[in-house]
Amino acid sequence: MRINCPICGDRDRREYYYQGAAVTLDRPAPDAEEAVWEDYLHLRENPAGRTRDLWHHEGGCGAWVVVTRDTVSHKIFEVALAADVKGAAR
Amino acid sequence: MGELQAARPWAERLDVSIGRSALVEVDLGHLTVLAPFGAEAGMTEALSAAHGLGFPKPNRATGKDGGRCIWFGRGEALLIGPAPDASLADHGASVDVLDAWAAVSLSGAAAVDVLARLVPVDLREGAFKRGHSIRTQVMHMSASITRTGKDSFLILVFRSMAGTLSHDLKQAMAAVAARG
Ligand SMILES: [Zn+2]
Repeated sequence: MRINCPICGDRDRREYYYQGAAVTLDRPAPDAEEAVWEDYLHLRENPAGRTRDLWHHEGGCGAWVVVTRDTVSHKIFEVALAADVKGAAR
Repeated sequence: MGELQAARPWAERLDVSIGRSALVEVDLGHLTVLAPFGAEAGMTEALSAAHGLGFPKPNRATGKDGGRCIWFGRGEALLIGPAPDASLADHGASVDVLDAWAAVSLSGAAAVDVLARLVPVDLREGAFKRGHSIRTQVMHMSASITRTGKDSFLILVFRSMAGTLSHDLKQAMAAVAARG
């Protein structure tokens, strides 16, 4: 598996650290309801198909990237800098 | 305080040739991480005025032996050689990291084959030319690799990993040499 870092270019998966579902980019407001926080902290989808997760290019430039990929085919659709995703209007 | 002496990364001077590759430790002079605050323009100008060097784009290096600036990760470059001019600190962080890194030069016709055993990036000349510089891994070590010549590479790892770096490189050099 190879991930095309927006900064470094196409790199082997072993240069990356896998963090988990990219839902952590959408942190609830501090005063959000308990159920919202519970969902954010503990409940994750486990899709057979398209998923979106955070990887850290620790063996490269050090950037966090958001990878959209298919867990069945291993196809990677998109790799974006988390800073850009987070900064963009949602 | 008494006179302080710089400690070298290896207890004994690293200088070994195996087959068609040679490994030597290199004393690079000053090592300074430059991290521009926001836009790179100010740092680029100051670096050019003070040291005659360009601020490198990702995966690139500027300068040559004695004065070099290599891309060193997202938003960072490493100034190698000269003591950093005070003006650089007006445009970003300028941090002395001389005691944090160990540096070697790997050269010779087989150098690229040696690195192919340890590094998950294509470093052959067609893909990785003189003036290219990347952050990657040597085995499990976080590293910086720069092509400094047709058959020569500058490799940096964290200084605490110096022994592992020389061990892994020597082992790969011997393995490549054994294949003839
Ligand atoms: Zn990267």
